[in-house]
Amino acid sequence: MTALAKLFSTTTFRLALAYLLAYSLAAAVVVGTIFWKTNDMLTGQVLQTITAEVRGLREQFEVGGPTLLARTLLERSRTPGNSLYFLADARGRKIAGNLDRVPPELLSGDAQSGRGAAGGLFRYRRRAPTGPETRLAVGVPIRVPGGALLIVGRDVEDQRDFANVVRRIFLWGFGFVALVGLAGGIWVSRSILKRIDAMTRASQRIMAGNLSERIPLESSSDELGRLSQSLNAMLERIEQLMNGLREVSDNIAHDLKTPLGRLRNRVEAALRDGETLAHAPCREVLERTIEEADELIRTFNALLSIARLEAGAGASAREPVHLAGLLADVAELYGPLAEEQGLALEVEADEEVQVIGDRQLLGQALANLVDNAIKYGAGRQAQGRGDGEGDGDGEGGGEGGDQGAQRGRIVLRARREGAQAAIGVADEGPGIPEAERERVLKRFVRLEASRSAPGSGLGLALVAAVARLHGGTVRLGDNAPGGGLEAMIVLPAASAHNGVGDDGGAMGEA
Amino acid sequence: MRVLVIEDDKEVATFLARALGESGHACDVATDGESGLAEARTGRYDVLIVDRMLPRRDGLSIIETLRRDGVTTPVLILSALGEVDDRVKGLRAGGDDYLTKPFAYAELLARVEALGRRAAPEQAETRYVVGDLVLDRLSHEVRRGDVPIVLQPREFRLLEYLMRHAGQVVTRTMLLENVWDYHFDPQTNVIDVHISRLRSKIDRNFSPPLLHTVRGAGYMMRDPRAAGDRAQGTSPGDARGRDMRG
Repeated sequence: MTALAKLFSTTTFRLALAYLLAYSLAAAVVVGTIFWKTNDMLTGQVLQTITAEVRGLREQFEVGGPTLLARTLLERSRTPGNSLYFLADARGRKIAGNLDRVPPELLSGDAQSGRGAAGGLFRYRRRAPTGPETRLAVGVPIRVPGGALLIVGRDVEDQRDFANVVRRIFLWGFGFVALVGLAGGIWVSRSILKRIDAMTRASQRIMAGNLSERIPLESSSDELGRLSQSLNAMLERIEQLMNGLREVSDNIAHDLKTPLGRLRNRVEAALRDGETLAHAPCREVLERTIEEADELIRTFNALLSIARLEAGAGASAREPVHLAGLLADVAELYGPLAEEQGLALEVEADEEVQVIGDRQLLGQALANLVDNAIKYGAGRQAQGRGDGEGDGDGEGGGEGGDQGAQRGRIVLRARREGAQAAIGVADEGPGIPEAERERVLKRFVRLEASRSAPGSGLGLALVAAVARLHGGTVRLGDNAPGGGLEAMIVLPAASAHNGVGDDGGAMGEA
Repeated sequence: MRVLVIEDDKEVATFLARALGESGHACDVATDGESGLAEARTGRYDVLIVDRMLPRRDGLSIIETLRRDGVTTPVLILSALGEVDDRVKGLRAGGDDYLTKPFAYAELLARVEALGRRAAPEQAETRYVVGDLVLDRLSHEVRRGDVPIVLQPREFRLLEYLMRHAGQVVTRTMLLENVWDYHFDPQTNVIDVHISRLRSKIDRNFSPPLLHTVRGAGYMMRDPRAAGDRAQGTSPGDARGRDMRG
C-alpha cells in the first residue's frame, strides 16, 4: 500500500495523470460538440423534410378541402415508412393518421397557440412484431383552418440508435485510452522511481560515510544517466578533496606536533634546571621558545594562506602585472642574499609579457621559488660536478668573487608561450626527480635531501595555490642547458598591447 | 604617548596595557566597540590600537566613524585575518597600519611608535640628519661628514625610511612593507642582507656606528653621542633600552 502511495506521489505519475486528465477533458469537449452538433443537424434535416411535406398537404387542402386532406393522410398512413400523421377535428377526435393520439410534448407552448410549425421531439407507441414499443420521433403540429389539428412527424428512433452506438464506441474508446494512459503512467513512474530509489539509496550510503560508493549507471544517454554521471563526477571530486583534507590534517598533526613537542621539552628541561642552576639559561630557553613559537605561527599563516587561496578568496586585486617588472623587483630583493650565498641572480624576461593577477601573490610565489633556489639550488660545483660550467662564472664571477667560488646561477625567467605566460626560477642544483615533482607541490611534502634544511614544506604548495587561483599551473622541469630545476608558473597571458605603456614605469621604479 | 587599546580579548588587552606601560606609554583599554568609539572620540590619544572583531561594533566601523567625524588619530588595526584583501579593507576604512595576530610585542611597539611619530608634523622635511649622516630628499644625495656616499635607488629608500624613523625601532616587516611594498613574510631574512650592505656603505670606515641592530625586534638609526635624539623619540626610548638589551 505504501509502495502504491509512493508511486502515486511521484512526479512522473502525477505528470502522467495530469496529462491524461487534460487530454480526456479536451477529447470530451471535442466529441461532445460533435454529438450535439450532429444531433442538431439531424433533427434540423428531419424538420425540413416535414416542412416540405406540410407544404404539400397544405396545397392538397387548398385544392380539396378537409376531405382530400383526410383521404391523402389515410393513404399515406397505410404505406409503411417513417412518416407519422395525425388529423383531428375541432373537438379533438381522430379523423385519420397512423398515430394513436396527439403527443402531449407537441401540445405544450406554441403548438396550442395556433402558430404551429414549432415542432420538436416526442415519443409515441407503435405496435411491432415483438409487441408495442415506444419510439422517438420529430413532429410538427399545424392548426388547419376550420379548427382541425394536423400533426406531421418522422420516426427518428433508428437514427438515435445509430448515434447511441457511435457514442458507446466513443466512450469505450475513451475508457480504453484512459486505462492504457494510466497503465503507461504507472509503468514509466515505476521504472523511473526504481532508478531514483537506487540513486537515493546510493547517496544515503555515501552520506553514511562510504565515500567510494557511486551512483549506479543504467544508461548514459538519457537525462537520469547524465545526472548520475555528473553526480558521480562530483562525488569523485569530493572524495579527492576529502582525501586531500585527511592527508593535510594528518600532516598538520604530525608536522606541528613535532615542534610543539620540542618546545614543550625545552621548557620542561629549563624548569628542571631552574631549580638547580642559576637563572641565566632560563632566559635563553625562553628566547628559543619564542623563536620556535614564531616558526609555528609562520607555518600556520602559510597554511591559512594556502587554504584561503584554494577557497578562491585570497586575491584582492586583479590588475595587469608586468612580469619583467615583477621579476626585477624580486631579483632586487633577493639579489644580495643570493650573492652572499655565492649564487648569481639573473633576470631573463621578455619585456612585453603581462598577466592579469595579484601582484602581491605573484610576488610571494616568486619569492618562494627564489627562496627554494637559494636553499637547494646551490652548487653543482660545490658538489664537485661542475666541470662543464665554465660560462657560469663568466657573468656572476665578478660579483661573487669576494664570496669565494661561484656556486651557481639562479635565473628568474618570464616568457610567453603561445597564449600562456610562464614566470619562474631556474637553478643549477640537483633538481627534483621526475617521480617526485607532483608530490612536492603538496603541503608539508619535503624531499629527503632537504629534510635537514629549515623550512615548513609549504613554500611550493603556496606557489601551486597561487598558480591555481590565477587559472594556471606549476610546471617543474629540467633547467635546459645547465641541469637543475626550472620551476615555472604557467598562467594565461594578458594581451600585451595595453601594457606597453606601463613597461617603462615599472622598470624605472625597479 | 597616550594609547587606547580597543580589544575584547581580556588577556591580550591586559598584556598590551602592561607592556605599553612598561615601555613608557600611558595606556587605556576599552573592551567593546561602542565604549571604544566613545573613548576614541575624545581625541586625547596619540595612537589607537583597534581589534577588528569586537562586540557591539566592529573595528572597521569604529575607524570609519572616527574618520567621518574628522578624528585623525593614527590607528593600528589588530586582526586575526591576515590576508592581503583584509589588510586593504582595513586601510581603506581609514586605518594607518595593520598587524596580524598573533604578533610579536616588539613589532607592535615599533609600529605604534612609528604611528605616534607620524602624527607629529614632520612631513615637510627635505633633509634627514642623524649624527654626521645627511640625506637630502630633493637632490638624492647622501653624505657622511664630507664624504659623499653612493647608494642604489632601493638603498636610498631604505636609508630614507630608517632616518625618518631615527630613534625608533624599525622591524624587518615594516621595512619590507614600506620600502619594498611587499606584504608577505619572506621565509629567509632577505632584509638583513640589504641592511648589512647599507651598513657597509654608511657605517664602515666611519665612527660611531649609526645603524644599530635591535635584538629580537629590528633596526634603529641613532647617534649614540647625541642626547637630543632621545628627547625627540620621547620617553619610551628609556623603556626600550631595557628591551634592546634583551
